[in-house]
Amino acid sequence: MKLRTLTLGLLSASALAFAAHAESITIATVNNGDMVRMQKLTDDFTKANPDIQLNWVTLEENVLRERVTTDIATKGGQYDVMTIGTYEVPIWAKQNWLLPLDKLGDDYDVKDIIPAIAGGLSVDGKLYAAPFYGESSFVMYRKDLMDKAGLKMPDAPTWDFIKQAADKMTDRANGVNGVCLRGKAGWGENMAFLTAMSNSFGARWFDENWKPQFDQPEWKNTLQFYVDLMKADGPEGASSNGFNENLALFQQGKCGMWIDATVAASFVSDPKASQVADKVGYALAPDNGLGKRGNWLWAWSLAIPAGTQKADAAEKFVSWATSKHYAELVASKEGWANVPPGTRSSLYANAEYQKAAPFAKMTLDSINAADPTHPTVKPVPYVGVQFVAIPEFQGLGTTVGQLFSAALAGQSSVDDALKQAQDAATATMTEGGYMK
Amino acid sequence: MARSVTTRHKTIATIAAWIVALLIFFPILYTIITSFKSEQEAIQGFSIIPSGTFESYSEVQAQNGYFKFFFNSVLLSVGSTILALLVAIPAAWSMAFSPTKRTKDILMWMLSTKMMPAVAVLFPIYLIFRDTGLLDSRIGLMVMLMLINLPIVVWMLYTYFREIPGEILEAARMDGASLWNEIIYVLTPMAVPGIASTMLLNIILAWNEAFWTIRLTTTEAAPLTAFISSFSSPQGLFWAKLSAASTLAIAPILIMGWFSQKQLVRGLTFGAVK
Repeated sequence: MKLRTLTLGLLSASALAFAAHAESITIATVNNGDMVRMQKLTDDFTKANPDIQLNWVTLEENVLRERVTTDIATKGGQYDVMTIGTYEVPIWAKQNWLLPLDKLGDDYDVKDIIPAIAGGLSVDGKLYAAPFYGESSFVMYRKDLMDKAGLKMPDAPTWDFIKQAADKMTDRANGVNGVCLRGKAGWGENMAFLTAMSNSFGARWFDENWKPQFDQPEWKNTLQFYVDLMKADGPEGASSNGFNENLALFQQGKCGMWIDATVAASFVSDPKASQVADKVGYALAPDNGLGKRGNWLWAWSLAIPAGTQKADAAEKFVSWATSKHYAELVASKEGWANVPPGTRSSLYANAEYQKAAPFAKMTLDSINAADPTHPTVKPVPYVGVQFVAIPEFQGLGTTVGQLFSAALAGQSSVDDALKQAQDAATATMTEGGYMK
Repeated sequence: MARSVTTRHKTIATIAAWIVALLIFFPILYTIITSFKSEQEAIQGFSIIPSGTFESYSEVQAQNGYFKFFFNSVLLSVGSTILALLVAIPAAWSMAFSPTKRTKDILMWMLSTKMMPAVAVLFPIYLIFRDTGLLDSRIGLMVMLMLINLPIVVWMLYTYFREIPGEILEAARMDGASLWNEIIYVLTPMAVPGIASTMLLNIILAWNEAFWTIRLTTTEAAPLTAFISSFSSPQGLFWAKLSAASTLAIAPILIMGWFSQKQLVRGLTFGAVK
């Protein structure tokens, strides 16, 4: 009896001592399939690092963005690792809000990160966030409907071809819309699509002197083409459709084509969720022959705020979650198709991955086709493909998004929407001191 | 004839009330229905007959652990309500029974703090919480919830207390009751229905408060509002899971509201008809 009490006492004491020694780090993240999977697989990390405990905070994307911004700007120190996007990294790194990731370990192989993705997460050659998954956008289309229309989708279509195919595929009587595109207002919703699309039309947000360019013919061509296309071949109520709404439509067989994030490929080709899983083909985002395609570049990445007291433990975790080892871990537990895409070149060279993910090559080609440092046909003073990496862009992008969404809904004309966008952008840029 | 007209009016009024009630309740009902669907069913358009799967509930529980958030919600809503009553009862008493020229102005000023958008004071509050070490603490959030609901609590109690004849309190004073005894033994028992309904309403408001509870917490003090927020996804369809999380979050307060509806209605209409 005494011996048992003594043993229990010793065990409790050692557990307490261990608990006191263990360092806990708090990780803020978004709710998506890849992130949820990572939370389930963290035993692998804690086994190798028993002195580090992980606390997770999962939030909706916009709430997360607001919370981490508040925390990092006030040096609140609530988080040790943050999930942030390609938009935040250059802005925050320049403000010295993030720690450079220079201790990721000898076997991390930074050079394996896809150059376009690494470029978007680096400032002055230093990596400030490690990509957890990366994406571009491309065309997902119904091969059966394309055959029925007597057309063949090229690997690199033009906008004219998309229009022609959409017209032929639209079959309102059977509930089929030729094309589904984002219309819901928001800088990360319709403006992500429209900004990327405008790049292929030769448009740009600002000229070299930060003067807004919505009064230029390139923007008029972009918006007019988009509104006409959606009116003729888009779904009803398209001005309320974002990623999730279009995903639902495509999975139910109601879209002939959908131009959106490459990560959607794994959803539309999943037979458990999609009614058209075996009929989907992929192509690069369209162009107009001007040298730029209408695809974007985005990566959800893990970064370490400068205010953390636990930088070493945080960097160990970031290194683990974005390593080749993690990709192999996911593959061994859940199959290669579930490995987070778009971050490492080695994944795309892996024959097993290519076999499990038929969209792999097109995803990589799309990512490589985006250049965040030279996103437009004409020169611009900013970086970012589907956004402008300045703090004012979130507010301005959403305002312009609302104007363009109203034009799509028929509440205003294309000309009015562009004029108001020009006024709003001019006011913001003057107020921000960009325009003299 | 007159009776049949009255009966018909009553029937029409009852039907209209049911229709309005159903319309108001329908979004909640549909959330509950969707929580028993699979993800595929959830996106396949409108349907009020679910397949009856509990898959979403088990996944939600496995993914984020409901009970920790639930415990925090109970603690925060009950704790902040008790704190609010401790402050508001003496305040409402003094305003109801010893009013000054400025009492109405003070009441209006208190209420006006509710008219300011919460986001306007996000940074100052965040900095105060950071500097006092109250970020992600239950006690800090309890005080915060107490403060944001205090104007409503004071107003409600003030209205109830005004219904109590001042002569009764005077009589108690004549009998030698101290101020404390007057509030505890005379005023409070007479105002029980009012206090109870104020308490219930405050618990509901605190339970549903999402702005501060999401922004001032991370892991330790996060209540059910943060739990729901964690299932909202910009990419990927998780409507059934989100509905299951919402149902789990609203169920306790819905059940509490159902059982205490008599008290609530009585308290809310107290003094409404004179």
